[in-house]
Amino acid sequence: MKEFTYTITDPEGIHARPAGELVKVAKEFSCKVTLTKDGKSGDCKKIFGIMGLAVKNGNEVVMSFDGEDEDAAYEKISAFMKENL
Amino acid sequence: MKTYYGKSVFNGIAIGKISIYQKGEQQVKRVKVDNTENEKKRYYAAVEQATKELQALYDKAVKEVGEANAAIFEIHQMMLQDDDYKESVENIVDSQQVNAEYAVATTGDNFSQMFAAMDDEYMRGRAADVKDISERLLNILSGKAKTGMDTDEPVIVLADDLAPSETVQMNKELVLSFVTVHGSVNSHTAILARTMSIPALIGTDIPLDDTVNGKLAIVDGSKGVIYVEPDESTLSEMQEKQKEELEQKALLQTLKGKPNVTLDGKEIKLYANIGNIKDLATVIQNDAGGIGLFRSEFLYLEKDNYPTEEEQFSVYKTVAETMAGKQVIIRTLDIGADKQCDYFELGKEDNPAMGYRAIRICLDRPEVFKTQLRALFRASAYGNLAIMYPMITSVWEVKKIKEIVEEVKKELTEQNIAFGNPSQGIMIETPAAVIISQELAKEVDFFSIGTNDLTQYTLAIDRQNTNLDDFYDAHHPAILAMIRMVIENAHKEGIWAGICGELGADMDLTQDFLAMGIDELSVSPGRILPIRKIILETNVAVLKK
Repeated sequence: MKEFTYTITDPEGIHARPAGELVKVAKEFSCKVTLTKDGKSGDCKKIFGIMGLAVKNGNEVVMSFDGEDEDAAYEKISAFMKENL
Repeated sequence: MKTYYGKSVFNGIAIGKISIYQKGEQQVKRVKVDNTENEKKRYYAAVEQATKELQALYDKAVKEVGEANAAIFEIHQMMLQDDDYKESVENIVDSQQVNAEYAVATTGDNFSQMFAAMDDEYMRGRAADVKDISERLLNILSGKAKTGMDTDEPVIVLADDLAPSETVQMNKELVLSFVTVHGSVNSHTAILARTMSIPALIGTDIPLDDTVNGKLAIVDGSKGVIYVEPDESTLSEMQEKQKEELEQKALLQTLKGKPNVTLDGKEIKLYANIGNIKDLATVIQNDAGGIGLFRSEFLYLEKDNYPTEEEQFSVYKTVAETMAGKQVIIRTLDIGADKQCDYFELGKEDNPAMGYRAIRICLDRPEVFKTQLRALFRASAYGNLAIMYPMITSVWEVKKIKEIVEEVKKELTEQNIAFGNPSQGIMIETPAAVIISQELAKEVDFFSIGTNDLTQYTLAIDRQNTNLDDFYDAHHPAILAMIRMVIENAHKEGIWAGICGELGADMDLTQDFLAMGIDELSVSPGRILPIRKIILETNVAVLKK
């Protein structure tokens, strides 16, 4: 399993549109991708799970990857988050 | 006649019958079933169908409101395909042995309640999206389409609120205006109204019943009002206003994008006057060549303490970037006289128009002036910014300003902060400045004539005093002679001269100004195109003969 911590810098936080994009990216991989905020976790392949966490600007989140292609998912999603969130 | 008020999202007049938009919510019955597999199959087929519909709506919305605003339909597709939603529906069908409709309705309610309970306003608003996709599935499952609008003539659409999917599916040719009881300025309905250029009101205090449905009404977007069953005088007044607007719109279409060149080839800068960053949209809509007078006072008047350098910088930078290379002339602080700001503690004056105001305050309180200059010089690195100083009467004032500007540049350089090289001009709004304009022209890059103050000082008439109306002559020969003198002196020293006062927008004088050789006219945004029309029809060489 791999993980990294990231602080959201998008002024609007993870609202519907970026949540949708994150789901799209996560679905490209077979490994489990989880976003954790304040002890609550959401499956990154489910848009309701992500939006339900109401992640805001300045929040610290932990992204974890577990499964066969976790290295590739780690690379791609960390780049995605730096660019978009 | 009944009058209701709302918040306007787009100006304009719409006259027509009101049609209340029927939500057509499905009544769902709970039915016991034996074959749960069959219910799940129906559900999967409905999801597939709904996804196709949403893709079509997305494509349609991209054309109507742009990609960013159409993205909501992509989100809806993802919500439809969401595993949690799907598992919830399957689970209800299996465990309770019920029909797909009931399972979808229950799941939709549960998920939308989850959003409605969140402590984040944006996320609470998403409850409507969940309801929207659930309704879509229910319509497909029951084979019934939404009723929507029952009309074949163009109407004023009245609704509690409108979901994005509802507005996109409407036949736009039948919509004269949107009026909603709820909704926000940034809602899809508001964006659509703006892109369609039709008047729209949100947050309107109107009842959704038979007292208004089907009745003739008028929406006046400029006032945020809807009149139901208008009386005859209101109706004829509004018809007249609508006619003027339509003429203006037609003019806009033919004149947009044309250069402001006279028949004999002289090009005029036709700029807009604005007093707030909120007015930027009207500047662009009216195709202004730039901003000839950006009054910076609002930054000071809207606050109860001095605006910081960063606050000012961010506003000036936004304006410069938005205008994308077009010139933006920002006038430095012009308070005093009729514009008062408590925290400046200016004290009472017997004759404030001739008192402590504008550049006099700035030169007397250089710390206030320097903050604004630093913000302006920094922002000028992001676009074509120019700075204009008001209420000049003497050459020494300009020289003093230049000294302060040099200090500001030196400080910025030492602090390693980037700044641009804005052109700098002055307002000519005192008779003294007119008389010494040739000397002043040697010191600056441009002149802009402020005719309001110039007229008041020249004629010795206070415009607020209605007893003096008989003595007040906006076209007084003394004023016109002064304008001519300023233009000639500017040209002798190789700089340009314009007018940013009210007289600049006086269309009876446009040809006179052109004959005098004016280089720039800065007017309220709505006047740009009518004046462009005059410029295009004028031959300066013929006028001079």
